[in-house]
Amino acid sequence: MADLRTNLAGIKSPNPFWLASAPPTNSGYQIMKAFDAGWGGAVWKTLGVPVVNVSSRYGSVNYRDKRMVGFNNIELITDRPLRDNLREISEVKKRFPDNAVIASLMVETREEWHNIIRDVENAGADGIELNFGCPHGMCERGMGSAVGQEPKVLQTIVEWVKEVAKVPVITKLTPNISDITRPARAARAGGSDAISLINTIQSIVGVDIDQFVPYPIVDGKSTNGGYCGPAVKPIALNMVKNCAQHPEVNLPISGIGGVENWRDAVEFILLGATTVQVCTAVMHFGFGIIREILPGIERYMDEKGFKTIEDFRGKALPNIKHWEDLNLKYKVTASINESKCIGCQLCYTACEDGAHQAIALSTDPANRIPSIIDENCVGCNLCSLVCPVEDCITMERRDDAKQHLTWGERTAAGNIPKGFNDELAGGLHHWVPEPMEALAKKKPRHYKG
Amino acid sequence: MAEYKRPTSEQEFAKNFSPKKPLMSDTEAYYESSRCLYCYDAPCINACPTGIDIPTFIRQINNDNKDGAAKTIYESNWFGHACGNVCPTEELCEGACVYNNSDVKPIEIGRLQAHATDKVIRSKKRLFITGKPTGKKVAVIGAGPAGVSCACELRMLGHDVDIYEAKAKPSGLCVYGVAPYKLTNEEALDEMTYLQEQFGFNVHYNKPVTGRADLDRLEKEYDAIFIGIGLGGTSKLGVPGEDKRGVIGALEFVEELRNKHQSTLVGSKVIVLGGGNTAMDAASESCRMGAESVIIAYRRGPEEMGAYSFEFDLAKKSGSKALFNVTPVEVMGNGSVTGVKFIRNKTAYGKIEAIPGSEFVEECDMVLLGTGQGKQVELLEQISGVKLDQKGRILDNRGRIVVNEHYQTSNPKYFAAGDAVNGGVEVVNAAAEAKKAAHGIDGFLKK
Repeated sequence: MADLRTNLAGIKSPNPFWLASAPPTNSGYQIMKAFDAGWGGAVWKTLGVPVVNVSSRYGSVNYRDKRMVGFNNIELITDRPLRDNLREISEVKKRFPDNAVIASLMVETREEWHNIIRDVENAGADGIELNFGCPHGMCERGMGSAVGQEPKVLQTIVEWVKEVAKVPVITKLTPNISDITRPARAARAGGSDAISLINTIQSIVGVDIDQFVPYPIVDGKSTNGGYCGPAVKPIALNMVKNCAQHPEVNLPISGIGGVENWRDAVEFILLGATTVQVCTAVMHFGFGIIREILPGIERYMDEKGFKTIEDFRGKALPNIKHWEDLNLKYKVTASINESKCIGCQLCYTACEDGAHQAIALSTDPANRIPSIIDENCVGCNLCSLVCPVEDCITMERRDDAKQHLTWGERTAAGNIPKGFNDELAGGLHHWVPEPMEALAKKKPRHYKG
Repeated sequence: MAEYKRPTSEQEFAKNFSPKKPLMSDTEAYYESSRCLYCYDAPCINACPTGIDIPTFIRQINNDNKDGAAKTIYESNWFGHACGNVCPTEELCEGACVYNNSDVKPIEIGRLQAHATDKVIRSKKRLFITGKPTGKKVAVIGAGPAGVSCACELRMLGHDVDIYEAKAKPSGLCVYGVAPYKLTNEEALDEMTYLQEQFGFNVHYNKPVTGRADLDRLEKEYDAIFIGIGLGGTSKLGVPGEDKRGVIGALEFVEELRNKHQSTLVGSKVIVLGGGNTAMDAASESCRMGAESVIIAYRRGPEEMGAYSFEFDLAKKSGSKALFNVTPVEVMGNGSVTGVKFIRNKTAYGKIEAIPGSEFVEECDMVLLGTGQGKQVELLEQISGVKLDQKGRILDNRGRIVVNEHYQTSNPKYFAAGDAVNGGVEVVNAAAEAKKAAHGIDGFLKK
């Protein structure tokens, strides 16, 4: 049976699933409920000098009938007095001693940092997370992402924190920066015990096209918010990977960004995360999603023979190379399973208009099953991605798997295109229809023109 | 099996005849439209006689542009709302949906179409601008699907249109002939009002065109004439006793039911003769009117019925039973019908043969004839130069059963489309043909 216990820089939790510092961790009531449901840890909604929030705080990106594939907020840190939060931290820790309670903090001066760290440690917090990520509201006051974007400032504050902190310190990073490893390295230099990422991405989630105001609307006006939810997962995965691979970062990672199910969590762990933090999915579906997450990851681990999270943490990292190290001799082409094809021809139109004109339609209009023109197929995957049928279009390996030649090797050998019309151009001998053929092509009868 | 109580009030009638395809809510339309795959050269479009760009209107619904969706629909089919409700979508667009190939429920195209068109009809949103006036005038005979579709299209082309309608209401079978659980009179008439307000054609009600004198006047006053008269009443059965009380045409029964609702008299034991869609409608409706037994009697086997299988299924679900391979030989009774004498048939080499001595009587107190509609030969015969075949269908100048591709008859001033030409199909076929006929008329007027 899979052992889900984790230890992130000394912060222990019964499983790697933590609630991120956000509205779901606003109160002891919520965190008690979450621990009772099975969550392993929780990062308390950021503590500091309480704020005053606006009304109308969230906006979302819906894709077709799927709500909240992207989510945006303009809420600030806690608006509750510190004493109430501290009392509730103690209560939660008393009732759930084995679950991780991490206090997220955001204050300004060295003195404030020292004071609040002592307070949360006295209340029983197992760790501290430094909120250097919030990209709205707080950054304009010189906190949050304003710190995360200035590695030197970040390092100084981490040093202040480490002067007094007895519990492990996690530095939470903002993605609103060109190279995430710079603040990560600064966190390490300052003595941080771990990093967590990503915080939200600065965003305008959408615009009300009748009122001419972005969402969320506060009395006819709006402001940029922080973007999160399933849509940001790819960005988060890449940044986690960058930190996990960088030799000078070398810190335990708590991965954040669009985690909603067991598979998302496995992906973060495969890229080096020790724990994952979840917010949007809970705001959408409640704490109950842990009922799907825990058995999901257990089944995966049992099937793969992984006994602990450490057994597969970072396992995908060796397989992430620079582009120039990929094998140019590897060749796949698409293959359509005719018995599964339902004849929607999305693959045809995607390839025809959006890729390499490598799919043909039958000349018999009654036969709607397209066919791959092997010699034109560059193996881009697009058809297999748009196909709505499970396992109908698959990418099949066509090379003999014996040759290996990378761009790097070709560069070293001087065997790369150099001039604009070089004979070595990759697409030189690849068939492309003449422009005028576009107008001669038979169109569906309802197309205009 | 469903059991229906005889309706005694408008509420009970409405309950028994609740819509087969109820109007979608915004939420349902949003979720349903989200499922559309947006196929390339979509089979649903090709299955639609009017060629509506279905994936586009569904995408427009999904992207919160319902006016645009309605416009896409109406651009191809001026009976967009009626068709959304009454079309045999299972056989057309929805039957062609690629989801059927993977055992996923096809998109509910008919209901989405009705949803989008309902929105613009209710809001009276004007979507079309009629063409620049040409000064030409066209008379349209019949305000049914063919006549009104032709009128709308002619107005888009800038021609003036007067419609002459024999009855008191427009939309033809949409008001007088389709089952009430498919489309209500209000829905059908609201669409007519919407179209008329937008296109500004004139309709003269209770003005049947009956004889040579009427035609002379039309020929004098108008530059072209469109015949959209549909079919006539139910054909005679041709067996002794069919004049007895309680024997009525299925179509006439439906017409009465649509207009008199629960006050329509329905027997307690009903026999419906025929295997077409009208017979199925009449059977389903008799059940819903609380008949104790409803029997569909058909000369041949179930696989040879003209009705769509889903219509037969609906009739059975409503409580009808079926007798196959039987031919009515006499309607029994003394003044009022008391039964139908049948003889059993066997089919040999595609022909039916009566089995001697197999006669039997099935008791009933009402007989509905779903034996097909006659053609309006009397009127058509009076149009000089318009040729008819033996079945009364309009011939073109080369003697083909259909009129030519411009829907022009052998008298060049006369055009025709819809049931009068195709022998009686769906509303959507009439809409498709009449639109083409309008372009035929336009070409003729521009010569």
